[in-house]
Amino acid sequence: MSFLVDSVIMFTSQVLFFGFGWLFFMRQLFKDYEVRQYVVQVVFSVTFAFSCTMFELIIFEILGALSSSSRYFHWKLNLYVILLVLIFVVPFYIGYFVVSNIRLLQRQRLLFACMVWFTFMYFFWKLGDPFPILSPKHGILSIEQLISRVGVIGVTLMALLSGFGAVNCPYTYMSYFLRNVTDGDILALERRLLQTMDMIVSKKKRIAMTRRQMYQRGEDQNKQTGFWGMIKSVTSTQSGSENLSLIQQEVDALEELSRQLFLETVDLQSTKERIEYSKTFQGKYFNFLGYFFSIYCVWKIFMVKFWSQHISFILVGIIIVTSIRGLLITLTKFFYAISSSKSSNVIVLVLAQIMGMYFVSSVLLMRMSMPLEYRSIVTEVLGELQFNFYHRWFDVIFLVSALSSILFLYLAHKQAPEKHMAL
Amino acid sequence: MASLDRVKVLVLGDSGVGKSSLVHLLCQNQVLGNPSWTVGCSVDVRIHDYKEGTPEEKTFYIELWDVGGSVGSASSLKSTRAVFYNSVNGIILVHDLTNKKSSQNLYRWSLEALNRDSSPTGVIVSNGDYDREQFAENPVPLLLIGTKFDQIPESKRSEVLTRTAFLSEDFIAEEINLDCTNPRYLAAGTSNAVKLSRFFDKVIEKRYFTRDPSPVRLSFIYCFEDEINFPKLNKCRKPSSLF
Repeated sequence: MSFLVDSVIMFTSQVLFFGFGWLFFMRQLFKDYEVRQYVVQVVFSVTFAFSCTMFELIIFEILGALSSSSRYFHWKLNLYVILLVLIFVVPFYIGYFVVSNIRLLQRQRLLFACMVWFTFMYFFWKLGDPFPILSPKHGILSIEQLISRVGVIGVTLMALLSGFGAVNCPYTYMSYFLRNVTDGDILALERRLLQTMDMIVSKKKRIAMTRRQMYQRGEDQNKQTGFWGMIKSVTSTQSGSENLSLIQQEVDALEELSRQLFLETVDLQSTKERIEYSKTFQGKYFNFLGYFFSIYCVWKIFMVKFWSQHISFILVGIIIVTSIRGLLITLTKFFYAISSSKSSNVIVLVLAQIMGMYFVSSVLLMRMSMPLEYRSIVTEVLGELQFNFYHRWFDVIFLVSALSSILFLYLAHKQAPEKHMAL
Repeated sequence: MASLDRVKVLVLGDSGVGKSSLVHLLCQNQVLGNPSWTVGCSVDVRIHDYKEGTPEEKTFYIELWDVGGSVGSASSLKSTRAVFYNSVNGIILVHDLTNKKSSQNLYRWSLEALNRDSSPTGVIVSNGDYDREQFAENPVPLLLIGTKFDQIPESKRSEVLTRTAFLSEDFIAEEINLDCTNPRYLAAGTSNAVKLSRFFDKVIEKRYFTRDPSPVRLSFIYCFEDEINFPKLNKCRKPSSLF
């Protein structure tokens, strides 16, 4: 009886999460595009729903809600479904949509999609070999095999993103790092851009006019007969076309310059907006948070092992909520930046894959943050994985990512003022 | 050679609809072989004979400015794009016939361009409703071009054409539906070529041969949720969709 009640509760919450994922997809991600393939939206919402259900189960575990047998059952069910989605459904659809975009392979879409999926499975399986994640007494298709590999990918992703985020967040929000950009700088750059465009236009006018004259002369030439007529036509068109190719080269160089100037102007505009934002109340609040988090991140970089074992579930809850929110916001920004109407389906599916793997590995890593008495369910459900390996792997990748982000941002920061000095 | 007069025509539309292919077709009379993503703005020039065949025939340069991007871009991108909207004499709005959203976004594109191009002699402030009468007083001639016509199956053609007819009524503009990979649609003598030629003539006429010597131009300031230029205007609701 209680099992039925528990199942109803779980099912309702899953439907709620599904609805939230659906709305997020429609209102945020795809608000500028047309949804023609509903399967993409369904797959995204399903991944989101089952990922959130996992977190919900952890909370229930800590709170002691629902009976423990039904919790165990739902854990297993949820895990199987999410593994099914992450390993079979999403990669297959990614391959299918990528193949659909390539004109040549349109005919045999299904066949090529299956081939892509088999390649993915091969590399996915090979991934497990170099890592000491399993004890050898498990079978081939056991849940531990799949979870361990998903865990490795997810943990790597998490560590990369956390390392970069730990460095980028203070850099973005702290006003110490914001370069000083005046309106005059932007106007000067815009003027240069328009001058370049004018030069391109005048050269293109010459090309168009020369072509038109050649075409008209060509028509006259067709009426000219005789030996000298032929020679004249050959020499004049020869010099005309050489001239044209020279101007065309100049135009190509100028167009490249105009693109660079455009991107620089966009960069300056966004810096100016960030400066204005930092002067507002919200901006000042985030600036303070930036200082706070930078200290916290530095502490975390250097004292990674020192993680207390008895953190209450409130902190775990906060971590869950902020990581979901942070991930969704980052995914949205990333999606806006790189998608177009052709690739939007593929990108959404890739994001769904990343999101699923991210959440699965969050569960793996969260085990360390939970007090001993709650770890048992996770250990029981996920089997005998070598959890310590994941923690060490996370620390290593986090450190590498953070240090390389520092280096990258340092170089970018140094290079920018020099570029503007040269104006 | 460079002493011919010129007019500037913007080519606007969502990314991926085929603006670069269209501009290439209009200016080089060839199909673009390797379309790639436009960064910033790419310009091309077409030589047009105004009033061809009459004694008042005159040759003009038509500059086609193909501005890349999407309506949902970051505001830094939008402010940089605005640099290209100065002193525009005509606008070609391009949409993808297989993608309804690209047609809906044309309203926002036209407002983005017309909003920036404000010479302050007459200002009309609306509260966000798309009113055909206001578009009728718009001094900048518009042309509507729908691309990827060949990708629409025969059964859906009439439905799509009805939809674009509504669109062209809203914008008070002529419409042309074509496929940018096939120059046959714009061959000399076709109705499309005639419409195109008429549009360019209209642009040139507005620019050089208006009866009014002083450039009194009415411009429109529509308010958007995210672009409030004047503090007195209130927030407006989104435009109602016809589809």
